[in-house]
Amino acid sequence: MSASRAISVTVNGARREAEVPVRLTLADFLRHRLELTGTHVGCEHGVCGACTVLVDGRSVRSCLMLAVQANGREITTVEALAPAGGGLHPLQQAFRDHHGLQCGFCTPGVLMTLVEFLSLNESPSEAQVREAISGNLCRCTGYQGIVDAALDAAKRLRA
Amino acid sequence: MRVIGRSVPRLEDEPLLKGEGRFIDDIRLPGMLEAAFVRSPHAHAAIRGIDKTAALALPGVHAVYSRADLMPHLATEFMAVGLPSASYKQDLNRPALAGDEAVHVGQALAIVVADDRYIAEDAAALVEVDYEPLAAASDCRAALSAGAPTAHRKSPHNLLAEFDMAYGGVDAAFARAAHVFRESLWQHRGGGHSIECRGAVAMHDAPQDKLTLWSSTQMPHAAQRLLCDMLGRDENQVRVITPDVGGGFGPKLVFYPEDVVTALAAILVGRPVKWIEDRLEHFVATTQERDQYWDVEVAVDRDARLLGIRGTMVHDHGAYTARGVNLPYNSAENAPLGYELPAYRMNVKVALTNKVPVTPVRGAGHPQGVFVMERLLDRVAHELKLDRAEVRRRNLVPGEKMPYKTKLKARGGLTIELDSGDFPKCQHEALGLAGWNDFPPRKSAAEREGRHIGIGLANFVKGTGRGPFESVTVRIGPSGKVHVYSGAAAMGQSTKTMLAQVVAEQLGADLGNITVTAGDTGVISMGLGGSNSRQTVMAGASAHAAASKVRDKALKVASHTLEVSHGDLEIEGREIRVKGSDVKLDLGRAARSVAGTAGYSLPAGMAPGLEATEHVVIDAMAYTNGTAVAEVEVDVETGAVRIAKLVLVHDCGRILHPVIVEGQLMGGIAHGIGNALYEWMRYDENAQPITSTLADYLLVTAPAMPPVELGHQESPTPLNALGVKGVGECGVVPIAAAVCSAIEDALSPYNVRITRTPITPADIVELIQNGS
Repeated sequence: MSASRAISVTVNGARREAEVPVRLTLADFLRHRLELTGTHVGCEHGVCGACTVLVDGRSVRSCLMLAVQANGREITTVEALAPAGGGLHPLQQAFRDHHGLQCGFCTPGVLMTLVEFLSLNESPSEAQVREAISGNLCRCTGYQGIVDAALDAAKRLRA
Repeated sequence: MRVIGRSVPRLEDEPLLKGEGRFIDDIRLPGMLEAAFVRSPHAHAAIRGIDKTAALALPGVHAVYSRADLMPHLATEFMAVGLPSASYKQDLNRPALAGDEAVHVGQALAIVVADDRYIAEDAAALVEVDYEPLAAASDCRAALSAGAPTAHRKSPHNLLAEFDMAYGGVDAAFARAAHVFRESLWQHRGGGHSIECRGAVAMHDAPQDKLTLWSSTQMPHAAQRLLCDMLGRDENQVRVITPDVGGGFGPKLVFYPEDVVTALAAILVGRPVKWIEDRLEHFVATTQERDQYWDVEVAVDRDARLLGIRGTMVHDHGAYTARGVNLPYNSAENAPLGYELPAYRMNVKVALTNKVPVTPVRGAGHPQGVFVMERLLDRVAHELKLDRAEVRRRNLVPGEKMPYKTKLKARGGLTIELDSGDFPKCQHEALGLAGWNDFPPRKSAAEREGRHIGIGLANFVKGTGRGPFESVTVRIGPSGKVHVYSGAAAMGQSTKTMLAQVVAEQLGADLGNITVTAGDTGVISMGLGGSNSRQTVMAGASAHAAASKVRDKALKVASHTLEVSHGDLEIEGREIRVKGSDVKLDLGRAARSVAGTAGYSLPAGMAPGLEATEHVVIDAMAYTNGTAVAEVEVDVETGAVRIAKLVLVHDCGRILHPVIVEGQLMGGIAHGIGNALYEWMRYDENAQPITSTLADYLLVTAPAMPPVELGHQESPTPLNALGVKGVGECGVVPIAAAVCSAIEDALSPYNVRITRTPITPADIVELIQNGS
């Protein structure tokens, strides 16, 4: 039950090698092995979306994927969004400007979902934004601030 | 006002957006082990024995502790957290771990401590518990009937408490009433379901015998007191710290078995221990609100003016008292609040069941009280063929009667006085925004197209800012930074930003110069924490008082140093300036000048330090009010409800931060929609939970949210210097009532009555079939 495998993944641009138990989830690998605790775990059954990260550019629930399945792939987490020199990604800035977060626990998953969505749809309607984040649960905001932020971020990213 | 009243950027946002928040599961200590709990799979069972052998043999397992292992180290095994009430018939505080009887699914029996959580869970599954299943009390009404299985073997019955909330001659009022109408209502509210579950990390410094518990709690000082009581330690040996909390919503305000057991496990194994709740545990081991059954009658005169309300309510308490009878008390108290009701009598029975204990979830029983009153008023309007809004207008407490002394008593014994507000005006504004008067023709037009649209309204009044106080220290350090410490607890409602705003208003208006520490018993001695929409009211009042004192002192110091009069000075940014000149003293120098130098006197007449601690005492609550109007469309084939629009006009006194207030309301509204249509924590007849994933238990998602229009009225309360009332819970309170009113209106051709929440599509289809 504790069989392990060597994996090699690229996380936020850096190559990481590790020996991991085969049952270790990607979320736990990121959070507890790599100490990238920005990715959060809310349900561990793939409903709440708090653990969403990008795997090869596509949004994935890291609680439903094993670390060994990430072998050879490229992972992007919330820690990679803000520019290295300081400041915020336009989407993060829009969240700040539109009160798109309260407790902030669901926020990293929402941000990663929207990063992918806005890369596929540059000019979304409000309904499309709501559909895009329909797999991300937020108990604080009633979603309005998130939706407003996403629409504004789309505008900023187009500019 | 330079800062107060403006939507300044939140202090909390940047780290949270960058993934740099520090939540409970983000804490990693050297040598830390991880824990899992063995939990009862039975709602009610005798425990004949616990065999830990196989679990302890698993590599990576450090310890397995059951009740027997912990008892020698506990001063008391019971968590005496109940709020006082004369109504208790049985004293049922929760034990740390179950002993010879488990009384709900999910009750903790043992803790397993291992190298990591994976191994801890493996080992928990290897702990062999010899259970003898016993009959369970599931439905709270059935639990009170003669011969029902008792939730605890030793209990004589399942009546935990009973009380009457009553005033006026209610039977006489009914005797002379022109009309009497009766309703039976079932109301269900589910769990808190913060997206972050609970968690605890404990570290024991053995040489000093000092224990630190990081806990995702809303009440760190209460947790410290309980740890001291249960572990036989004093306050100086126990520190509780709340890291970033990923939402509270009520259930995180109580102290839990896992808090004390994790702490004790860390002491016993001699290494830090972390326990993080998973979602399944949140469904079965975190407190919930659940069921209330109301049988109520309303008496009105021929003009639809209220004469009296009477009835009974049965409240599902769960298996233990984890907080008190405050929840049913709030519900019974809230039903008549806001209307002129001459006579009232509600008999409340609090029933034990074999389910996880019930404690407040955002709204804390108030939505249920509102639902009862608003359903009755809709019934009156329907029967007397009056406009629903008009019936309310005739009965609302009029603005000119404020402050309005009610005949109700708050749980501490004070007579409830509605402090401020204009309820009819609020309703009027909401009706205007919702297009209430134009709705009938729209409804008729829709009906001609075969569509069923409806509109409904609900008023609410909610006590906020529960006293008696909150603590705040404001200190200007030698660096010139302003540090704020509070017993308030941040859990996502922008508490730090709020405190910084209030303090900045007095001390230079530079939010970047202020740090806020909330939720750490190591930095302030007392605190009541986060509940009851209280923090802006209570901590805000103390922050204002403390900052005002520090300001006064800083100006005195500057007046002495700069040799100008007090009145000629102002604090701007990080400096104290002489108005209209370049002469100034920075805050750091002012602080240093009263920080003392060994052997030298302080400036004449000055006391040391630029700091003040305040505990502003306010016993009376500040009453926030509002009106919600919902417009819905119901698909009569499928029973699906679409909320087309929602209006909420509210009055939370002076608004400190408009955007944060709107955010609080929106979150509450979403929660209220969930209560109206989706959230249902279901159990079977054996008290087995049957909705224990977020795929079965539905939370509101982004597409389910309607367009919402908010309106703000500002009637500053005279009860505190800032004029503020609470807002955190207020959005949720009227929503289920307004939505159900609208659904009933949409289904008027079928003559159905909505008497329950949540109301599901299947219920609606059934009602239509039975109604027509």
